[in-house]
This record gives sequence, structure tokens and C-alpha cells, in this order.
Amino acid sequence: MHVQPQSWQNVELSLVPDALAGHDSPWILAARKTAFKRFSEHGFPTKREEEWKYTDVSLISKRGSLAPDNIPPDAPSEAKLLAWALSGEGMHLMVFVNGHFDSELSTIDDLPDGVQLSSLADMLDGDANLPESLFSQQHEHTIFAALNNAFVTDGAVLKIAPDTVLETPIYLFLIASGHGVAIYPHIIVMAGENSSATVIEHYMGTLDAHNFTNAITQINVGAGAKIEHCKLIQEGPAALHIAGVHAEQSKDSSFTSRSFVFSGRSVRNDITSSLNETGCLCTFDGLYLLDDKQHVDHHTRIDHIAPCCTSREYYRGILDGESRGVFNGKVIVHHGANQTDAHQTNHHLLLSKQAEIDTKPQLEIFADDVKCTHGATVGQLSDEGLFYLRSRGLDADTARSVLIYGFANDIINRINTPYLRQRIEHLLLDRLPQGDMVKELL
Amino acid sequence: MLSIKNLHVCIDGKEILRGINLDVKAGEVHAIMGPNASGKSTLAQLLAGREIYKVTAGSVHYLGRDLLAMSPERRACEGVFLAFQYPVEIPGVSNALFLKTALNAIRKYHRLPELDAMDFLTLVRERMKRVGMDEALLLRAVNEGFSGGEKKRNEILQLNILQPRLAILDETDSGLDIDALKLVADGVNDMRGADRAIILVTHYQRLLDYIVPDAVHVLSQGCIVKSGGADLAKDLERHGYNWLETGDLIKQIA
Amino acid sequence: MTTTQQLNELINREYQHGFYTQLEADTIPLGLNESTIRLISAKKNEPAFMLEWRLKAYQHWLTLSEPRWANLDWSPIDYQNAYYYSAPKSEKNGPRDLSEIDPELLRTYEKLGIPLKEQKMLAGVAVDAVFDSVSVATTFKQNLSTLGIIFCPFSEAVQKYPDLVKQYLGSVVPYTDNFFASLNAAVFSDGSFCYIPPGVHCPMELSTYFRINAKNTGQFERTLIIADKDAYVSYLEGCTAPMRDEHQLHAAVVELIALEGARIKYATVQNWYPGDKEGKGGIYNFVTKRGDCRGEKSHISWTQVETGSAITWKYPSVILRGNGSVGEFYSVALSNNHQQADTGTKMIHIGRDTKSTVLSKGISAGYGQNTYRGLIKVLSGAENARNYTQCDSLLLGEHCGAHTFPYIEVKNPSAKVEHEASTSRIGEEQLFYCTQRGISPENAVSMIVSGFCKAVFQELPMEFSVEAQKLLGVSLEGSTG
Repeated sequence: MHVQPQSWQNVELSLVPDALAGHDSPWILAARKTAFKRFSEHGFPTKREEEWKYTDVSLISKRGSLAPDNIPPDAPSEAKLLAWALSGEGMHLMVFVNGHFDSELSTIDDLPDGVQLSSLADMLDGDANLPESLFSQQHEHTIFAALNNAFVTDGAVLKIAPDTVLETPIYLFLIASGHGVAIYPHIIVMAGENSSATVIEHYMGTLDAHNFTNAITQINVGAGAKIEHCKLIQEGPAALHIAGVHAEQSKDSSFTSRSFVFSGRSVRNDITSSLNETGCLCTFDGLYLLDDKQHVDHHTRIDHIAPCCTSREYYRGILDGESRGVFNGKVIVHHGANQTDAHQTNHHLLLSKQAEIDTKPQLEIFADDVKCTHGATVGQLSDEGLFYLRSRGLDADTARSVLIYGFANDIINRINTPYLRQRIEHLLLDRLPQGDMVKELL
Repeated sequence: MLSIKNLHVCIDGKEILRGINLDVKAGEVHAIMGPNASGKSTLAQLLAGREIYKVTAGSVHYLGRDLLAMSPERRACEGVFLAFQYPVEIPGVSNALFLKTALNAIRKYHRLPELDAMDFLTLVRERMKRVGMDEALLLRAVNEGFSGGEKKRNEILQLNILQPRLAILDETDSGLDIDALKLVADGVNDMRGADRAIILVTHYQRLLDYIVPDAVHVLSQGCIVKSGGADLAKDLERHGYNWLETGDLIKQIA
Repeated sequence: MTTTQQLNELINREYQHGFYTQLEADTIPLGLNESTIRLISAKKNEPAFMLEWRLKAYQHWLTLSEPRWANLDWSPIDYQNAYYYSAPKSEKNGPRDLSEIDPELLRTYEKLGIPLKEQKMLAGVAVDAVFDSVSVATTFKQNLSTLGIIFCPFSEAVQKYPDLVKQYLGSVVPYTDNFFASLNAAVFSDGSFCYIPPGVHCPMELSTYFRINAKNTGQFERTLIIADKDAYVSYLEGCTAPMRDEHQLHAAVVELIALEGARIKYATVQNWYPGDKEGKGGIYNFVTKRGDCRGEKSHISWTQVETGSAITWKYPSVILRGNGSVGEFYSVALSNNHQQADTGTKMIHIGRDTKSTVLSKGISAGYGQNTYRGLIKVLSGAENARNYTQCDSLLLGEHCGAHTFPYIEVKNPSAKVEHEASTSRIGEEQLFYCTQRGISPENAVSMIVSGFCKAVFQELPMEFSVEAQKLLGVSLEGSTG
């Protein structure tokens, strides 16, 4: 179990933190060291562990160093262009290049009252007080959270005061480029009572990027608050991405997670929410379109701890080429969480002979007054549908694309941010044969 | 037959019925009307023994005995029948088995011999014809996948087979087209008799065109705000419930 | 919660098969080692290939440890503190006909409602009764043999049909399969063997009735059923055990082989002693059951009603190898008091146009934990594979749990796999509707529970269906149901 590959066995941790944010602070150094110790003791997870049954992390363990680099490169020009476009859209934009905040490309000056958004590194280095409990993970859902904790370079800390409504999304744009980089962002969102906001995390890698990104996002949703978290992964074709998004919900709060994966060699997202007090609503949406040898694994977990909470989960995956999709959706209804209403579906389309899907929708229920359902399907485009469209004059490719679009549309339609919805629609159509034609048809 | 005195009822600490007084004699048909959320259904379900309601004051006597002290099945055996506003689905349990179990439970209570399958089928087939119900519904699971009209007819069929002494019909007319409504009304009129009382709970007057009541009571905010003869229903139809709300009646009570 | 109380009253009726039969037994010394296995093999007068196979299994078993991945919690089993062979003494040389059977034994089976006297039998069921580890009676053997059907104790098959045994034994569940299957292969003492020749439609239900009687005895029976080309057989298995304070191990293996066009229906009503209300005692039921649809268009279906055992660890599976083959799994599992059940199925789609259906109904009450664990695997060659899975759980009481772990692995784009699951409890409205019609709450609960399970009960042969409903405390009144 305890695989100790050469590559990081030799990493002398004591060398690394000295150059990382917060190195002047003894507690931060100590926290990094303990986290690294936890990771070394556990080692990389193996397929024998239930949670890693379908995802092989040897691509990561075989890499060279796991340590982050300290000097960020200049942002690649295409990323710069996109950043400008984003600020043109009026987003509150924070740009990170290889895990380091790039203040020049960012536009976070006109934040409304009650909203604080800062770079984590600045906070770790500066006087700003960051509670230790937020820096160190309280719950490590996977061992990679410990690795992130040891090596975290930078990230965003968003604090929203009670009753503050943030109309414009916070857009975190994380760019990766270059060879052999390891990137460790840590995003913290603290939403006060009855506040409301949308946070978009957009990961983008250049075609030649060989990055390993290990990200953690922590979200505290205060009572009555409404937080939407959208994550878009457009990593480079060789990139490895392992991340956790973890929400804690208070009374009558609403948390929505939307996960979109369009590229990257191997992606693993652990998305969890803990419904700690009554009246919470939790929604998990996901959509991925995979091709080539891509591997995308979503592990979701919703913990119904308090009674009278509702959760909804809708995941859809489209798998082509030799890609492999993994979906493991866990809903746990704890003792006493009566009047839980939990519903989960996941649907997958297999488009090629070499593609594979492993799905496991899982219910664990310890309370009796509950309404829980889940459904899963694996299938392909319907012949009748294809025939119908072709009989109306569409060529085979367009007909296929229309059906695939229709399959994905269910998830896309629920995106509230128009910019993001359009972007994802385009990403989908760009990948579909005759996508332009479909665009016109719609 | 039924005597309700100063009945106060709560659910989750909220008072729904606030001092109901009502006397129903054998042979009578009473209509209880009222706007939505006036407490009509609560009264109907409480009389049948629904345990989610809490009686905080008052009494209900049925044939001289304390009805509130009886369990729902005991009330059923004693002849209290509720036609549900929303008949419940019971997956996997056939309508026939359900009805036969119910009928034999009541017969057993009265020390009558239980009906065997043949006698039961003969009885149920004849009654199904009378209420215009498709025989195929006998083998389907109780109310599962039934249309709205089929569910209501199923209630009337049960009423017909179980032959209660006090029948309470909770909005049995809602959601029915005119033909179905007539069938239901025929089914109820069929049941009128000197030793049977019927309580019709309804929102609209139209059912009363087919079943002429002996008395009409208007329920509003948990109180009977007006009682009268069959004409009262017609007045209500003409003026709407606001006619009562704006009148002096409410004030008198409040 | 009134619903819980009502159901508890209903299903907490005392275990009815908990008596113990006083019989003189031939038991070998406590513990397990190579000489135990040699002794069992010698007692059975087995040919060399059997002993060799057993010893290989034993050596392999030594390298394994108990599987602990299931959602079950059981106290460690001391494999050295058990008897691996116990046989009613008078049966040492095997009864030639029923008149030679110990009358005490006959009475035991009669008490269990399993008449071994053929004249008293329900028409159309042939019974093989396994008492502790030994098959004591097989009925209707003669009638069956005229059709070429072999239905006999396993030990007899080893003697009379060694070639068939050699060809098929371990071909579906190899001795290396898992910890309990290895143990079974090493020490199994008897079981049932059944062979249906090509084209033969077995005219009666075949049935094995298992009974654990002796104290501290593990039961390790092995059933092997082969349906040759276009043959058909329906098979029933029932089980009970006396009430004892200590846990007893039952580690059986069932192998089914369906050749081209053949069809096997295998039904189990498992009513091993579940332990008392505090969770003391009860059978540990670790069973490996697997069918192999080896031929084209073959068909295997498993139906199980699991109401007994303290621990149930059981995944009757089908390997859909033949093109166009069909696998089915219908299950009702009830766990009450401190019972734990982790059960489900595996459907492995290998051939083209293979189809599988899974219908699982779990009922949890008291402190019971009920887990459905299923795997639907579609390999890349399984063109047009189809699966439909539905698993529903009913919860009665606030201390029980229901868990669903469905694994779906698909490697073929023409496959269609659908999975649906729901968890609910008996609605207060449903109960009120029934009681308002005069039905007592107890009857209402049992009616609703049996309605919940109906789709599975329908798959059982008539006699079993009745027994199964009774087991759930349900009386089927008349024929109108």
C-alpha cells in the first residue's frame, strides 16, 4: 500500500517551504510539515483502495518532483487575451499563473462593500489574519488534500459579509503552462448569513503544459446564504488534475456545484457537501465530454446530517475515443436526518468501442423517514432519434451532434451565469462534428 | 348518530378546528362546504381517526359512544367510512385482496362468517357494474396508476361494499367530469337510507345538484359560520364564500 | 414509531425451527488441518482426484484471509474451534430407501414441513435432504432416472459419475475464488448433484433442504447443477438451523452450468437461525453462488428470499458467456433485530445480445443493516448487452439502515444499462387508508410489505411463494390476491 516512489522520497521538504508563502510564520511551516508527513506515511493511493479503484495515480507518482516551482512564468499570450476578455465581461477576475497570483492581469478593484477578495499568499505572508483551521484542512477527503496543504503556493480567499449580494461572479482563472510544473491552489470561500454569490474556477492549460494541478476549494455557506460554485476544466492534453471541492452548509443555505470537464489527461474531482443544519438545499451538476485517452473521475458525496434537507444531483458524461469516465456518487443520510429528500441521476453516453464507463451511485441510509432515489443509465444515441433527424434531411454527423447536444443541454441549461453558459455551449459545439451547423439549428 | 361538541383540533401546534358543533341524525345527508383551508378535510380525517391531528378540547360521540377513543380500524368496523380526497396507492397489493381483507375484517368484527373468494367475487363484480368500474381494476394494485376518476370510483365501490352507517365523502366530486360526477352521485344516493348518515365535504355546490342534502354547513377558519337547508348551497354558489366572510357572521364569532 | 412496533410484533415471532434433534452423530475431531481433509475424503471414500483437489484448495485457503470489504461486522471466526464433519451415525452407510432412515430424522423433517415420505409429498417436488453435512434422503430418484436425470447426493455422484464431477466441479467457482469458497472446496462433505440430459425438461421441482443440527458444526455443502443442451430444471433450496447462543458458520458453494438453450431456475428461501433479539447467536452465512450461461441462448435465474442468518454474505451471479444468454436475479432480503445482510449479484456480460435483470427488495427493521451490492459488467465484446436493475429499500424504524452499492462497468458502446433505486418507509397515509377500511395495523403492515415484495415472490414456485410470504408474516388470504 505504501508506495514510496523515488521521485518524492528524496524531496527534502525543509528546502521547499522556505520559499513558499508564509515561510516566516512558524505555525504555517509546522502545518506544512505535518501535512507532508501525513502524505508520506499514507503514500499514493492504490487501486486496492475502494475510492481509487478505477483511477490510477501512477502517472503522478512517476513524475519527477512534486514540489511547486516558486517563480511564476509570464502568462502565455492566449491566456492573456482571455483574461482581458473576461475583465471586459465585467467579472471580478483573479488570474493565477502556475499557481501564483498575477495581479496585473486581475481586476478585483471594484468589489462591492462587504466583499473581501485576496490572494492567499499575500495573507500568509502579510499581517492579514488567516485562521489556522482554514489553512489546514479539517476534513481530508483524500490524501491529496494533505499534499496540497504541504505545498500550497497561493490561492484566493473570498469573504462575503452577511446580507451581501454579489451580482457579478468572482472569476478565478488558473493558467498552467510549461513542463513539469506542480500547481497547488487553495481557494477559501466564507459566505456570511444570507449572502449570495457565484464563484467560477476556470482551469486552463496550454497545449504543451505538463502540469500536475492539485487544488482544494473550501466553501462555508452561512445560514440562508446562496452560493454557486462552477468549475470548468480545460487543462492541456497532458495535464493531471486532482482536486477537492468541499462545502459546509448552515441552516437554510443553498449550495450549487457545477463541474465541467472538457480536456486534461487525467482528472479527478472530489466534490462534497455536508448539510449540517436543517433546511439546506444542495445541488450537484456535472458534465464531461471526453475523447482520446482522457480519464475523468468524479467522486461526489452529500452528507445529510441535519433533518429536512434536500439534495439533487445530475451528472452526464459523453465518452468517445479511448476515454474512461468514472462516477461515484455517494449520498449518506445520517441517523436522525429525517425528512431527507435526496435524488440523484447519472447518465452516460458511450460513443466508441474503446471508451469505458464505471459508475457507482451509492446510497447509505441510517434514518427511516426519508425519500431517496437514484438512477443511472449507460447507453448510446438512439437509432430512432438518428433516423428521425435524418429523415428530416440532416446528415448523419449533424444528426449525431444534435442528439449529443440534446443530451448535454439538460445540464447546460441550468447554468445561471450567461457568460459561462455560452462558453460551455461553445466548447461542446466546437467538439462536435458539424457543430456550426447545430449552432444554427438551435 | 353523530354528535360533535365544541371540537378543537391542532396539527403541529396550529389550531385548525376551533369549536365545531354538529349533530347528524340517522337518515340525514349533511353537506359541509367552505373555502380552501377552512378545515373541512381535517374534520373528515379526524372523524375517521387520522392520528396526526390532536384534539385539544371537545368531544365526538358516535351512536352514543366516544368516537375519539377508538382506533381507526375500530371506527371502520363500527361503520365509519371515509372516502378519501386523495386515495392512497399501495404498490403490489391488488385491489381485490385489499377489499376482501377489509370486508372480512369488518364481518369478523360483527361475528359474521368471512366471505370466500367466490362469494366475494360475485359481490364485487355486481357492485363494480353498479358504479361503472372496469373489472380489470380489480387485479391492479390499489389505486396505483389509476386515473383521478378511477380512484374516486374505487372509493365509491368500497363504500358500496363495506356498507357503513356513517359515510364521510371528502371532496369526492373534485376533479370529476360531469358523467363521472353523476355516477358518483348515483352511487351515493343508492346508499341513502333510514339508518345511514352521510356527510359530504365539498368545495363546490354542483355535487349538491345531484345529491340533495338535508342540511348545509359552511366552515370557515375552523368554525361553522352558517348552517341552513339545501338553499344555502345555492346562495353560496351565487355569491361566493366572500359573501359570508364580509358579512357579520365572522365578526360575531370572532 | 407505531409502524416499527407493528412490524416488529409481526416479524419478531419466535424462530419456529429452533429445535434440536437428539441424534447420535459421527463427528471427527475438532479443528482443521490436512489430516482433517484426508479424513473427510476417506470417510467419503473419494477417488484420488477429489482428495488432490481438496488439498490444493486447502493450501490456497491458507494464503487467504477473510474478506472484510462488505458492509458487515462480525466477530472473528475461530476456524480451529469447529467440527468439519458431523453425520447422523445411523446413516453411516447411507440409507438405501426411506425405511432405513432414522425415524427421528424423518420426524425432524416433518416438523420442518419437509415430508420425505414420497407418498405424502406434494406432487412434483423431489427432495434431497442434507442434515448437518450429509445428504440423508433423496426422493423420487427412480422416477427421475428414467428420464436420464441424475439427482443425488454429491458424495454419491463422486462415486457413480466421477467423469461428470471431474468435468464440471470448480469450473464456475474455482477453489481459488475467495476465502469461503476455498474453505468449502477443502472441507465440503456433501450436497446435491444434478444433471439434466440434453432436451429433457425436468418434470418436477428439485429441492434440497439443508439443516444444521449439531453444535459447533460448520456446514459446507456444495451443489452442482448441470443443464445440458436445451434442458430445463427448476431447483429449490431451503435451510433452517436450531437456536444456539454461539454463531455457526455456513459456507456453501453452488455452481450452475447451463449449456446451449438450457434453462436453470434456482430459488432459495433462506431461514437460518438469525440470532436472538440482542444479536446473540445465529448463522454466519457466507455463500458463493454462481451460474455460468455457457451456451448460446441459455438462461439462469436466481430467486432468493433471505430472512434468516445473523450475517448474510451472498452474491448469486451469472456469467453471461453464451451469445443471447439471459441472467436474472430476484431478491427479497429482510434484516431485523441485529441481522446484517450484504447481498446482491454480479452480472458479467461477455457474449453478444446478453440480457440481465436485477430486482432487489431490501427491508430493514430494528437494528438491521441491509446492503445491496451489485456489479453489472459489460465487457467490450458484449455487443447489445442489456441490463435493467431496480433496487428498492423499505425502512421500518429509526435504528436500521439501508445501503445501495451498485457498480456499473461498461466497455461496450452498444450496451444499455439502467439502474434505479429508491428508499422509503411505509407511509403513515398508507397505513391510515388500510386501517380506515377496518384492516388491523398488523395486517396492514404485512399487506404493504408483501406488496412491496410481490414482484420477487412472483418468481418463486408456488409452494415457496407461500412459505416466503409466511416468513414475512403475511398470510395470503384466498386466491384473489
